[in-house]
Amino acid sequence: MELVGVIFTGIGVLFLLLGNFGILRLPDVYNRIQAGTKCTTFGTFFTIIGIGIIQPEWFWKCLLIAVFVLVTNPISSHAIARASKKIGVPLCDRSVVDQTKEFVEREET
Amino acid sequence: MSETIMVVFLGLISVGILLSLIRMFIGPTASDRAVAVDTITTTIVGMLVILAFVFQRYIYLDVSLVYSLLAFVGLCAIARFLERGF
Amino acid sequence: MVNKNPSFVGKVGNFLYLFSFLFLLWFVLTNTLNPEELFTGISISIVLSLILSNNYKKLGLPPLGIKRIEYFIMFTLVLLKEIVKANFDVAYRVLHPKLPIKPGIVIIKTELKQDIAKIILANSITLTPGTFTLDIKGNELLIHWINVRSEKKEESTKKIGERFEKYLKVVFA
Repeated sequence: MELVGVIFTGIGVLFLLLGNFGILRLPDVYNRIQAGTKCTTFGTFFTIIGIGIIQPEWFWKCLLIAVFVLVTNPISSHAIARASKKIGVPLCDRSVVDQTKEFVEREET
Repeated sequence: MSETIMVVFLGLISVGILLSLIRMFIGPTASDRAVAVDTITTTIVGMLVILAFVFQRYIYLDVSLVYSLLAFVGLCAIARFLERGF
Repeated sequence: MVNKNPSFVGKVGNFLYLFSFLFLLWFVLTNTLNPEELFTGISISIVLSLILSNNYKKLGLPPLGIKRIEYFIMFTLVLLKEIVKANFDVAYRVLHPKLPIKPGIVIIKTELKQDIAKIILANSITLTPGTFTLDIKGNELLIHWINVRSEKKEESTKKIGERFEKYLKVVFA
Protein backbone atom coordinates (compact mmCIF):
# COMPACT_ATOMS: atom_id res chain seq x y z
CA MET A 1 0.00 0.00 0.00
CA GLU A 2 2.81 2.33 0.91
CA LEU A 3 4.57 1.56 -2.37
CA VAL A 4 1.46 2.48 -4.38
CA GLY A 5 1.23 5.78 -2.52
CA VAL A 6 4.89 6.58 -3.10
CA ILE A 7 4.54 5.80 -6.82
CA PHE A 8 1.47 8.06 -7.06
CA THR A 9 3.32 10.88 -5.31
CA GLY A 10 6.30 10.34 -7.60
CA ILE A 11 4.15 10.67 -10.72
CA GLY A 12 2.62 13.84 -9.29
CA VAL A 13 6.00 15.38 -8.45
CA LEU A 14 7.31 14.55 -11.93
CA PHE A 15 4.40 16.35 -13.57
CA LEU A 16 4.72 19.34 -11.23
CA LEU A 17 8.35 19.64 -12.33
CA LEU A 18 7.35 19.35 -16.00
CA GLY A 19 4.69 22.02 -15.60
CA ASN A 20 7.15 24.45 -14.07
CA PHE A 21 9.65 23.64 -16.81
CA GLY A 22 6.96 24.36 -19.42
CA ILE A 23 6.29 27.74 -17.82
CA LEU A 24 9.94 28.59 -18.38
CA ARG A 25 10.26 27.18 -21.88
CA LEU A 26 7.10 27.88 -23.92
CA PRO A 27 7.00 31.07 -25.98
CA ASP A 28 3.90 33.12 -25.07
CA VAL A 29 1.36 33.67 -22.29
CA TYR A 30 -1.36 31.41 -23.65
CA ASN A 31 0.94 28.43 -24.24
CA ARG A 32 2.38 28.92 -20.77
CA ILE A 33 -1.10 28.84 -19.29
CA GLN A 34 -1.71 25.55 -21.11
CA ALA A 35 1.33 23.91 -19.53
CA GLY A 36 0.80 25.56 -16.17
CA THR A 37 -2.84 24.60 -15.77
CA LYS A 38 -2.79 21.03 -17.02
CA CYS A 39 0.44 19.79 -15.50
CA THR A 40 0.07 21.47 -12.12
CA THR A 41 -3.56 20.39 -11.70
CA PHE A 42 -2.75 16.78 -12.52
CA GLY A 43 0.49 16.83 -10.53
CA THR A 44 -1.08 18.28 -7.40
CA PHE A 45 -4.00 15.86 -7.68
CA PHE A 46 -1.71 12.85 -7.82
CA THR A 47 0.63 14.09 -5.09
CA ILE A 48 -2.22 14.65 -2.65
CA ILE A 49 -3.97 11.36 -3.48
CA GLY A 50 -0.65 9.55 -3.03
CA ILE A 51 -0.20 10.98 0.46
CA GLY A 52 -3.81 10.02 1.22
CA ILE A 53 -3.05 6.43 0.22
CA ILE A 54 0.03 6.26 2.44
CA GLN A 55 -1.90 7.63 5.43
CA PRO A 56 -5.40 6.09 5.13
CA GLU A 57 -6.83 8.10 8.04
CA TRP A 58 -6.11 11.34 6.11
CA PHE A 59 -7.65 10.09 2.87
CA TRP A 60 -10.96 11.99 2.89
CA LYS A 61 -9.40 15.32 3.71
CA CYS A 62 -6.77 14.78 1.03
CA LEU A 63 -9.54 13.97 -1.46
CA LEU A 64 -11.32 17.20 -0.49
CA ILE A 65 -8.17 19.29 -1.10
CA ALA A 66 -7.53 17.49 -4.41
CA VAL A 67 -11.07 18.04 -5.70
CA PHE A 68 -10.92 21.67 -4.61
CA VAL A 69 -7.70 22.20 -6.58
CA LEU A 70 -9.19 20.33 -9.56
CA VAL A 71 -12.23 22.62 -9.61
CA THR A 72 -10.65 26.02 -8.89
CA ASN A 73 -7.40 25.84 -10.86
CA PRO A 74 -8.98 25.99 -14.35
CA ILE A 75 -11.15 28.91 -13.24
CA SER A 76 -8.29 31.07 -12.02
CA SER A 77 -6.18 30.43 -15.11
CA HIS A 78 -9.20 31.15 -17.28
CA ALA A 79 -9.57 34.51 -15.50
CA ILE A 80 -5.91 35.40 -16.17
CA ALA A 81 -6.18 34.30 -19.82
CA ARG A 82 -9.29 36.37 -20.42
CA ALA A 83 -7.69 39.41 -18.79
CA SER A 84 -4.56 39.10 -20.93
CA LYS A 85 -6.70 38.72 -24.06
CA LYS A 86 -8.63 41.88 -23.14
CA ILE A 87 -5.51 44.00 -22.56
CA GLY A 88 -4.11 42.71 -25.85
CA VAL A 89 -1.10 40.59 -24.99
CA PRO A 90 0.08 39.43 -28.45
CA LEU A 91 0.29 35.84 -29.63
CA CYS A 92 3.72 34.47 -30.51
CA ASP A 93 5.10 34.45 -34.08
CA ARG A 94 4.39 30.80 -34.70
CA SER A 95 0.62 31.16 -34.32
CA VAL A 96 -1.36 30.14 -37.37
CA VAL A 97 -4.88 31.46 -36.80
CA ASP A 98 -6.59 34.08 -34.66
CA GLN A 99 -10.38 34.32 -34.82
CA THR A 100 -10.80 36.70 -31.90
CA LYS A 101 -11.89 39.60 -34.13
CA GLU A 102 -14.72 37.57 -35.61
CA PHE A 103 -15.84 36.60 -32.10
CA VAL A 104 -15.82 40.18 -30.78
CA GLU A 105 -17.64 41.58 -33.83
CA ARG A 106 -20.39 39.01 -33.62
CA GLU A 107 -20.98 39.76 -30.00
CA GLU A 108 -21.52 43.45 -30.73
CA THR A 109 -24.09 43.02 -33.48
CA MET B 1 11.87 4.72 4.33
CA SER B 2 9.15 6.65 2.60
CA GLU B 3 10.11 9.78 4.60
CA THR B 4 13.50 9.79 2.85
CA ILE B 5 11.88 9.49 -0.58
CA MET B 6 9.51 12.31 0.34
CA VAL B 7 12.45 14.57 1.20
CA VAL B 8 13.90 13.85 -2.26
CA PHE B 9 10.50 14.74 -3.77
CA LEU B 10 10.53 18.00 -1.80
CA GLY B 11 13.89 18.82 -3.38
CA LEU B 12 12.53 18.15 -6.87
CA ILE B 13 9.52 20.38 -6.23
CA SER B 14 11.85 23.14 -5.03
CA VAL B 15 13.74 22.92 -8.33
CA GLY B 16 10.43 23.32 -10.15
CA ILE B 17 9.51 26.38 -8.08
CA LEU B 18 12.91 27.86 -8.89
CA LEU B 19 12.23 27.46 -12.63
CA SER B 20 8.92 29.30 -12.26
CA LEU B 21 10.63 32.01 -10.21
CA ILE B 22 13.03 32.64 -13.10
CA ARG B 23 10.04 33.11 -15.39
CA MET B 24 8.53 35.45 -12.82
CA PHE B 25 11.63 37.65 -12.85
CA ILE B 26 12.20 37.77 -16.62
CA GLY B 27 8.56 37.59 -17.75
CA PRO B 28 8.05 40.36 -20.30
CA THR B 29 4.44 41.22 -19.38
CA ALA B 30 2.41 41.35 -16.20
CA SER B 31 0.30 38.39 -17.35
CA ASP B 32 3.40 36.19 -17.56
CA ARG B 33 4.18 36.99 -13.96
CA ALA B 34 0.60 36.27 -12.90
CA VAL B 35 0.74 32.88 -14.62
CA ALA B 36 4.03 32.09 -12.89
CA VAL B 37 2.50 33.00 -9.52
CA ASP B 38 -0.49 30.77 -10.27
CA THR B 39 1.76 27.82 -10.98
CA ILE B 40 3.91 28.43 -7.90
CA THR B 41 0.93 28.58 -5.56
CA THR B 42 -0.55 25.37 -6.91
CA THR B 43 2.83 23.67 -6.58
CA ILE B 44 3.13 24.86 -2.99
CA VAL B 45 -0.23 23.28 -2.12
CA GLY B 46 1.23 19.91 -3.14
CA MET B 47 4.42 20.69 -1.22
CA LEU B 48 2.50 21.48 1.98
CA VAL B 49 0.73 18.13 1.85
CA ILE B 50 4.07 16.33 1.52
CA LEU B 51 5.41 18.40 4.44
CA ALA B 52 2.39 17.35 6.49
CA PHE B 53 3.36 13.73 5.89
CA VAL B 54 7.06 14.27 6.67
CA PHE B 55 6.36 16.04 9.97
CA GLN B 56 3.24 13.92 10.73
CA ARG B 57 1.13 17.01 11.46
CA TYR B 58 -2.55 16.78 10.56
CA ILE B 59 -2.99 20.54 10.91
CA TYR B 60 -0.84 21.19 7.81
CA LEU B 61 -3.66 19.79 5.68
CA ASP B 62 -5.93 22.57 6.94
CA VAL B 63 -3.16 25.03 6.17
CA SER B 64 -2.95 23.79 2.59
CA LEU B 65 -6.74 23.95 2.14
CA VAL B 66 -6.86 27.56 3.33
CA TYR B 67 -3.79 28.37 1.24
CA SER B 68 -5.38 27.08 -1.94
CA LEU B 69 -8.59 28.99 -1.19
CA LEU B 70 -6.67 32.24 -0.63
CA ALA B 71 -4.59 31.67 -3.76
CA PHE B 72 -7.75 31.23 -5.82
CA VAL B 73 -9.33 34.41 -4.50
CA GLY B 74 -6.09 36.37 -4.85
CA LEU B 75 -5.54 35.28 -8.44
CA CYS B 76 -9.10 36.25 -9.38
CA ALA B 77 -8.41 39.67 -7.84
CA ILE B 78 -5.15 39.97 -9.82
CA ALA B 79 -6.94 39.02 -13.05
CA ARG B 80 -9.65 41.60 -12.42
CA PHE B 81 -7.02 44.23 -11.73
CA LEU B 82 -5.20 43.36 -14.98
CA GLU B 83 -8.45 43.56 -16.91
CA ARG B 84 -9.62 47.00 -15.91
CA GLY B 85 -7.19 48.51 -13.37
CA PHE B 86 -9.50 48.42 -10.34
CA MET C 1 -36.25 21.11 -15.06
CA VAL C 2 -38.51 20.69 -12.10
CA ASN C 3 -37.44 23.97 -10.54
CA LYS C 4 -39.24 26.24 -12.99
CA ASN C 5 -42.45 26.05 -10.96
CA PRO C 6 -41.18 25.96 -7.41
CA SER C 7 -43.63 23.53 -5.86
CA PHE C 8 -43.40 22.15 -2.36
CA VAL C 9 -41.64 18.99 -3.56
CA GLY C 10 -39.06 21.04 -5.44
CA LYS C 11 -38.35 23.13 -2.36
CA VAL C 12 -37.87 20.09 -0.16
CA GLY C 13 -35.63 18.56 -2.82
CA ASN C 14 -33.45 21.69 -2.92
CA PHE C 15 -33.26 21.72 0.86
CA LEU C 16 -32.14 18.09 0.96
CA TYR C 17 -29.54 18.58 -1.79
CA LEU C 18 -27.98 21.52 0.00
CA PHE C 19 -28.26 20.02 3.48
CA SER C 20 -26.54 16.76 2.52
CA PHE C 21 -23.79 18.61 0.67
CA LEU C 22 -23.10 20.97 3.58
CA PHE C 23 -23.16 18.21 6.15
CA LEU C 24 -20.82 16.02 4.11
CA LEU C 25 -18.43 18.98 3.82
CA TRP C 26 -18.59 19.56 7.59
CA PHE C 27 -17.97 15.90 8.29
CA VAL C 28 -14.93 15.72 6.01
CA LEU C 29 -13.51 18.95 7.44
CA THR C 30 -13.84 18.02 11.11
CA ASN C 31 -13.10 14.32 10.55
CA THR C 32 -14.55 13.10 13.85
CA LEU C 33 -17.61 11.22 15.12
CA ASN C 34 -17.81 13.23 18.34
CA PRO C 35 -21.57 13.82 19.03
CA GLU C 36 -21.10 17.50 19.92
CA GLU C 37 -19.32 18.19 16.64
CA LEU C 38 -22.00 16.30 14.72
CA PHE C 39 -24.79 18.22 16.48
CA THR C 40 -23.15 21.58 15.70
CA GLY C 41 -22.68 20.55 12.08
CA ILE C 42 -26.28 19.44 11.66
CA SER C 43 -27.70 22.62 13.18
CA ILE C 44 -25.46 24.91 11.10
CA SER C 45 -26.33 22.96 7.94
CA ILE C 46 -30.07 23.20 8.65
CA VAL C 47 -29.92 26.96 9.25
CA LEU C 48 -27.78 27.61 6.17
CA SER C 49 -29.88 25.46 3.86
CA LEU C 50 -33.12 27.06 5.14
CA ILE C 51 -31.70 30.49 4.28
CA LEU C 52 -30.00 29.59 1.00
CA SER C 53 -32.23 26.97 -0.63
CA ASN C 54 -34.26 29.69 -2.37
CA ASN C 55 -31.19 31.00 -4.21
CA TYR C 56 -30.15 27.48 -5.05
CA LYS C 57 -32.66 27.06 -7.86
CA LYS C 58 -31.02 29.82 -9.89
CA LEU C 59 -28.20 27.40 -10.63
CA GLY C 60 -30.62 25.31 -12.71
CA LEU C 61 -29.45 21.92 -11.51
CA PRO C 62 -31.60 19.10 -12.89
CA PRO C 63 -33.45 16.62 -10.67
CA LEU C 64 -31.77 13.34 -9.89
CA GLY C 65 -32.40 10.27 -12.02
CA ILE C 66 -30.78 6.91 -12.67
CA LYS C 67 -29.92 7.73 -16.29
CA ARG C 68 -28.44 11.11 -15.34
CA ILE C 69 -26.20 9.63 -12.66
CA GLU C 70 -25.07 6.91 -15.07
CA TYR C 71 -24.17 9.42 -17.77
CA PHE C 72 -22.47 11.67 -15.24
CA ILE C 73 -20.25 8.82 -14.08
CA MET C 74 -19.43 8.01 -17.70
CA PHE C 75 -18.62 11.68 -18.27
CA THR C 76 -16.27 11.65 -15.28
CA LEU C 77 -14.46 8.58 -16.60
CA VAL C 78 -14.03 10.15 -20.05
CA LEU C 79 -12.76 13.31 -18.37
CA LEU C 80 -10.17 11.38 -16.33
CA LYS C 81 -8.94 9.59 -19.45
CA GLU C 82 -8.63 12.89 -21.30
CA ILE C 83 -6.74 14.51 -18.39
CA VAL C 84 -4.14 11.74 -18.42
CA LYS C 85 -3.82 12.02 -22.20
CA ALA C 86 -3.49 15.80 -21.92
CA ASN C 87 -0.60 15.55 -19.52
CA PHE C 88 1.43 13.20 -21.64
CA ASP C 89 0.69 15.46 -24.61
CA VAL C 90 1.98 18.55 -22.78
CA ALA C 91 4.99 16.63 -21.46
CA TYR C 92 5.88 15.54 -25.00
CA ARG C 93 5.59 19.09 -26.33
CA VAL C 94 7.64 20.62 -23.52
CA LEU C 95 10.44 18.07 -23.60
CA HIS C 96 10.80 17.85 -27.40
CA PRO C 97 13.88 19.88 -28.41
CA LYS C 98 12.11 21.59 -31.33
CA LEU C 99 8.91 22.57 -29.45
CA PRO C 100 6.31 21.05 -31.84
CA ILE C 101 3.55 23.62 -31.29
CA LYS C 102 1.24 25.36 -33.74
CA PRO C 103 -0.90 27.63 -31.57
CA GLY C 104 -4.00 29.51 -32.62
CA ILE C 105 -7.35 30.79 -31.40
CA VAL C 106 -10.56 29.31 -32.79
CA ILE C 107 -14.31 29.54 -32.13
CA ILE C 108 -16.49 26.54 -31.38
CA LYS C 109 -20.24 26.21 -30.88
CA THR C 110 -22.18 24.54 -28.10
CA GLU C 111 -25.82 23.51 -27.83
CA LEU C 112 -26.03 23.54 -24.04
CA LYS C 113 -28.46 26.01 -22.50
CA GLN C 114 -27.85 26.25 -18.75
CA ASP C 115 -24.99 28.33 -17.38
CA ILE C 116 -23.74 25.58 -15.11
CA ALA C 117 -23.56 23.13 -18.03
CA LYS C 118 -21.51 25.65 -20.00
CA ILE C 119 -19.19 26.14 -17.04
CA ILE C 120 -18.64 22.39 -16.73
CA LEU C 121 -18.00 22.14 -20.47
CA ALA C 122 -15.51 25.02 -20.40
CA ASN C 123 -13.61 23.60 -17.46
CA SER C 124 -13.47 20.17 -19.08
CA ILE C 125 -12.12 21.71 -22.28
CA THR C 126 -9.47 23.49 -20.23
CA LEU C 127 -8.30 20.17 -18.80
CA THR C 128 -8.19 18.23 -22.08
CA PRO C 129 -5.30 17.86 -24.55
CA GLY C 130 -4.04 21.06 -26.03
CA THR C 131 -7.13 23.24 -25.65
CA PHE C 132 -8.30 25.82 -23.20
CA THR C 133 -11.23 28.21 -22.92
CA LEU C 134 -10.63 31.94 -23.20
CA ASP C 135 -14.16 33.33 -23.27
CA ILE C 136 -17.84 32.35 -23.42
CA LYS C 137 -20.56 34.40 -25.08
CA GLY C 138 -24.03 33.03 -25.79
CA ASN C 139 -23.58 29.68 -27.46
CA GLU C 140 -20.01 30.20 -28.66
CA LEU C 141 -16.72 29.49 -26.94
CA LEU C 142 -13.34 31.06 -27.75
CA ILE C 143 -10.66 28.37 -27.56
CA HIS C 144 -6.88 28.56 -27.57
CA TRP C 145 -5.52 25.46 -29.28
CA ILE C 146 -1.86 24.52 -28.95
CA ASN C 147 -1.87 22.43 -32.15
CA VAL C 148 -4.46 23.73 -34.61
CA ARG C 149 -5.80 20.99 -36.87
CA SER C 150 -8.73 22.76 -38.54
CA GLU C 151 -9.81 26.38 -38.87
CA LYS C 152 -13.48 25.77 -39.72
CA LYS C 153 -15.96 26.15 -36.90
CA GLU C 154 -17.85 22.90 -37.48
CA GLU C 155 -14.73 20.75 -37.65
CA SER C 156 -13.20 22.25 -34.53
CA THR C 157 -16.49 21.80 -32.69
CA LYS C 158 -16.46 18.15 -33.64
CA LYS C 159 -12.85 17.71 -32.58
CA ILE C 160 -12.99 19.58 -29.27
CA GLY C 161 -16.45 19.74 -27.79
CA GLU C 162 -18.32 16.70 -29.07
CA ARG C 163 -16.95 14.05 -26.74
CA PHE C 164 -18.18 15.87 -23.62
CA GLU C 165 -21.29 17.42 -25.05
CA LYS C 166 -22.98 14.14 -25.86
CA TYR C 167 -22.87 13.21 -22.17
CA LEU C 168 -23.69 16.64 -20.77
CA LYS C 169 -26.69 16.94 -23.11
CA VAL C 170 -28.26 13.92 -21.42
CA VAL C 171 -27.36 15.03 -17.91
CA PHE C 172 -28.81 18.53 -18.37
CA ALA C 173 -31.67 17.60 -20.72
